[in-house]
Amino acid sequence: MIRVVLPAHLRTLAHVDGEVKLDVEGQATQRSVLDALEACYPMLRGTIRDHVTQQRRAFVRFFACEQDLSHEPPDAPLPDAVAMGVEPFLVVGAMAGG
Amino acid sequence: MRGVRVLVGTRKGAFVLTSDGKRERWDISGPHFGGWEIYHLKGSPADPNRLYASQSTGWFGQQIQRSNDGGKTWEAVGNKFVYDGVPGTHQWYDGTPHPWEFARVWHLEPSLTDPDTVYAGVEDAALFRSTDGGQTWQELPGLRGHRSAPSWQPGAGGMCLHTILLDPTDPGRILIAISAAGVFRTDDAGKTWRPVNRGLRSENIPDPTAEVGHCVHHIAMHRSRPGVLFMQKHWDVMRSDDAGESWQEVSGNLPTDFGFPIDVHAHEPDTIYVVPIKSDSEHYPPEGKLRVYRSRTGGHEWEALTKGLPQRDCYVNVLRDAMAVDSLDSCGVYFGTTGGQVYASADAGDSWASIVRDLPAVVSVEVQTLP
Repeated sequence: MIRVVLPAHLRTLAHVDGEVKLDVEGQATQRSVLDALEACYPMLRGTIRDHVTQQRRAFVRFFACEQDLSHEPPDAPLPDAVAMGVEPFLVVGAMAGG
Repeated sequence: MRGVRVLVGTRKGAFVLTSDGKRERWDISGPHFGGWEIYHLKGSPADPNRLYASQSTGWFGQQIQRSNDGGKTWEAVGNKFVYDGVPGTHQWYDGTPHPWEFARVWHLEPSLTDPDTVYAGVEDAALFRSTDGGQTWQELPGLRGHRSAPSWQPGAGGMCLHTILLDPTDPGRILIAISAAGVFRTDDAGKTWRPVNRGLRSENIPDPTAEVGHCVHHIAMHRSRPGVLFMQKHWDVMRSDDAGESWQEVSGNLPTDFGFPIDVHAHEPDTIYVVPIKSDSEHYPPEGKLRVYRSRTGGHEWEALTKGLPQRDCYVNVLRDAMAVDSLDSCGVYFGTTGGQVYASADAGDSWASIVRDLPAVVSVEVQTLP
C-alpha cells in the first residue's frame, strides 16, 4: 500500500480527503504510483504530468522522506519507506507567485 | 416570471448570479473552483442547465467542468487537448519559430442546437470540438493548417483563439478570432478556413493592411443578422456587412477606440456597446471615468452611458469576454471589471448598478435568459 498526499486543489478535484492509498503493481516508482493514481482518479490526468509526454508539470514537485525526488528518473525505485507505506509520497504545488 | 443567470469567470474562481426579471436583487453562489482561473463559462442555448467552464492554473493545467443543473453541481470532464498531427511552429515574439504548445482554453462556445457539442478556443491558437459533452476533444486542424499559420504571432496575452461565432442560419459557417492573427472564417464546418481581415488597418505591424497579423480583441453579431459583424480591434472599432469579407471603421466620436469587449443589443441589431480604454499601455478608462459607449446606428455615432458608473478615480479594465446581454424586454447589459465589480443595466445601458463588488478580477461574463 502506497500513501500519496495530494495538494489541496487536487484533493478537491479528485473529491478526496486526506491521504490517498494505492495498490501499486510491481516496483514502486514515480511512474507506477502516478499510473495507479490516475487509474483511480482519472480527473487527475494531465494535472501532475503532461498527457502526452508524461513529463512532470513544471510547477509540481515530488517529495518523500524529506528528499526532493522531482528530478529523479520516473522509473527509479522510490525509497523503501514509501514502498512499504511507512512514509507518504508527497505531490506538491511548487511555491510560486511571490 | 422570467429570470437571468449571470456566469462570471474570475482569476480565482467562478460565480453564478441569479435574479428574476426585474434584475434588482441578486443571489450569488461561489466561488466555484476557488483558487483556479476561470477564463470562461457558458451555457448551452439548447439546454440552459448545461454549462461548461474552463478551469486552469499554471500549477495543474487545464480542466473542463460541466454542469447539468445550471451551475449548482459540476463534474470534471475531458481535459486532453492534443494538437492534430505534428504541431509545427508559429512565430515567437522575437520572430523565431516556436512550437505550438497548449496553454489553456480561453473560450467555450456551446452548439446552438446540441447540448453535447461544444467548441473550445485555445492558446496556442487552435479550435477544438467535443461532441460528447466535453469528455473528449478533437482539433479542427484546417484552421492551424492554413498557409499563414507559421507566421502567426502572440499578442501580449498569448496567442489565443478567444472568439467563436456560430452562424445561426448556416451550420457550416463559423468565425473565429485570434490575437494577433485576426479573423478567420469557415463555410464548410471547419474543414477549410480563410482570413477575413480586408479593411483592417494596424499601424503596429510591418504591413498595416496585411492579410493576417491583426490584433482583433473581440467580434460580435446579432442572431437575426449574422452577416453583420462588429469588432473591437486593438485600436479601432470596425464593422462588416458581408460576414467579414470587408471591414469599415466605425469608431466615430469615441474618446478612444482602444478597448476589449463589444456586444450587440438583444433586440436592436444596430445598437452596440463598447468600453473605451485609454491606450494599449494604460489599460484603464480615460480620465478615470468608467463609461460604456452605445451606438444606436451601428457605429460612427456614440453616446456615453455614465449613470450609476464611477465617474472619478476609476482605473479598472474590462476584458474581451467580460460583456454580455440578456434578451429580456428591455435588454439587460452586463460587464465585469478587473477590479472585481459586475455592473448591470436593466434598461439597455441608460442606468447601471453594481450587482456584485469585490470579486477577484473578472475575466468573463455571460448571461442566460431563463424561461
